[in-house]
Amino acid sequence: MKAVLPRFAPFSRGQLVVLALLAALPLVAPSYAASGRTIIVFAIMGLGLNIVVGWTGLLNLGIAAFGALGAYAYGILTCEIYPFQFGFWGGLLLAACVGAVAGVLLGAPTLRLRGDYLAIVTLGFGEIVQDALKNLEAITKGTQGINPLPAASLPGVDITSETPVRWFYLYLAILAVVVFLCRNLEFSRLGRQWFAVREDELAARCMAIEPDKAKLKAFATGAALAAVSGALLASVLSSTGEPANYDFQVSILALCIVIVGGIGSITGVLVGAIVMIGLNNIALPAISDAMQQAGIGSTSNVFTSPNNYKYLTFGLALVLMMRVRPDGIVHSRKAVRK
Amino acid sequence: MTETEVFIQQVILGLSNGMIIALVALGYTMVYGIVELINFAHGDVFTLGGFLGLTIVGALGAAAIIDPGALGETSNWLLLVGLVIGCGLFCGVLNLSIDTVVYKPLRRAPKLTQLVAAIGVSFILVNVALFWGGVPMDVFSGGAAAAASKDFPEILEGSNLLGEDSNVVLRLEDIAIFAITIPLMIGLTLFVKKTRLGRGMRATAQNPIAARLMGIDTDRVIAATFLIGGFLGGAASVMWSVYNNTISFQMGFRAGMDAFTAAVLGGIGSLPGAMVGGVLIGLIRAMSDQYIETRWTNVVVFSVLVLILVFRPSGLLGLKQREKV
Repeated sequence: MKAVLPRFAPFSRGQLVVLALLAALPLVAPSYAASGRTIIVFAIMGLGLNIVVGWTGLLNLGIAAFGALGAYAYGILTCEIYPFQFGFWGGLLLAACVGAVAGVLLGAPTLRLRGDYLAIVTLGFGEIVQDALKNLEAITKGTQGINPLPAASLPGVDITSETPVRWFYLYLAILAVVVFLCRNLEFSRLGRQWFAVREDELAARCMAIEPDKAKLKAFATGAALAAVSGALLASVLSSTGEPANYDFQVSILALCIVIVGGIGSITGVLVGAIVMIGLNNIALPAISDAMQQAGIGSTSNVFTSPNNYKYLTFGLALVLMMRVRPDGIVHSRKAVRK
Repeated sequence: MTETEVFIQQVILGLSNGMIIALVALGYTMVYGIVELINFAHGDVFTLGGFLGLTIVGALGAAAIIDPGALGETSNWLLLVGLVIGCGLFCGVLNLSIDTVVYKPLRRAPKLTQLVAAIGVSFILVNVALFWGGVPMDVFSGGAAAAASKDFPEILEGSNLLGEDSNVVLRLEDIAIFAITIPLMIGLTLFVKKTRLGRGMRATAQNPIAARLMGIDTDRVIAATFLIGGFLGGAASVMWSVYNNTISFQMGFRAGMDAFTAAVLGGIGSLPGAMVGGVLIGLIRAMSDQYIETRWTNVVVFSVLVLILVFRPSGLLGLKQREKV
């Protein structure tokens, strides 16, 4: 059994390699530290989604809504215009709690639904949260977003928007903690319950697992991680941004990260985040700049602006992955497909 | 305007929009009934139908755009019916090709794989619609702002049929929606009930393996389903564009969400369910716009969906189905 459950190593080899690759990113060019933070934020959201979709087999198409709730919770609990001001770490932890509670509130009435119905309910939830955040102006400031928000902080280290590299390494440390937690969850009793429910709910029930409870825990954990990622993003932007920043596209981006990287695999999600966000935030703008310098691109013409190929790129990536390699770049050893 | 008049007005609005939603919902529900796939790209096939419609109108010339009466009444109707058939065929063939190229090779893959592929197709089509808006034609404002929404010209005369001094407005467009959607729905129902292919569809929906054993060419049935579903979506997109007078490359997302909600509300897989669900969603939207607030309408629609699913997990007219072991 020891070979199957390597609980003593904090990270697997693959995870170490990817984390080390990420750590080397600012060494290549310090300007990449800013994009690196976005990669980390989305990696955490992807890890949350992976628990729900990859491990428990529930399709959630509204994960961005939990990110939005996390960001707004962080905003309300830390911004100076509200009476709370818990600071970065307090805000982060409480945002995670808000996310978990929201996950339970959405999950409790709906988890008994069949797979596809659940997907649509989560999609609808994503839309509801956006609209609600936009409409409750008295609390959320509507489309202005809540700002300014405190930067990340660490006792003894000076982190501001002028030091994106330090900020990046702090986020990397947080990501490492999340990866460590996920890895432990994967091999825990709860993790094995999730796999059992995914593979065969009836058989799991026969093994004295309560599928509804296991699903609810997966939903809450995934939502909490997504909320953390939202809070981290809000801290980077020093604003919650407008609710439309957490729309269906973001949920799909997170789903792309999980699926392109390798559904069910922590290393896969990390790789997926690097590939998708790298494509979105580093490669596409770079191509755009290069084309503009060469004088072929113009933002007024829809065909020559690379930014307008975003949907096409995501769409083709999803379709091709499903055709060629439905298990993603990194195969999960545990994911047994029916 | 009295309370009753406001109410009647919202009922007219709700019914008109609801009939369009129902047409789109039929496309979702038919495909789901046969291959158990949420055809996520259906809403974007709908979008492309609207873009083709605007392109045709633009190609026919400025006369039809500037003066809705210029073509004369009969020719206006002919144009509308022509658009419905043309865009319907286009969307039907498009839907069928998507199935052949993308979904068919994945038919035996896990459901999640198929759904993700469908989401991928949806994104590709959104991008196609974005590019389509950049085509340098007058109707797309020369292709300058591709992402902006485009005005769809008034094809039918906009005057009030109940007389200019009536507070309740009933336009020719409302009549046109009923005149086109109701025959389509009756035709579909008869087709599924009476014809050989329709019988094949019902058999395949019940049990594809048994259907194949009975000599039904299930591949042909699936192809027909995608073709018909797409046709209805294309027809709906023309009606939608004519009714709302504006199209945008993202309109399929909203319309698709409403239509899918309608299909689930009525019980997915059930044709009358999709029709009832569509009309209900249209009415709920109209009532919420009037009596709650427009900005809360989406929240209301989805809350209704969640409530119904919690108490009737198979929808209003859906059959109780046990998860197969």
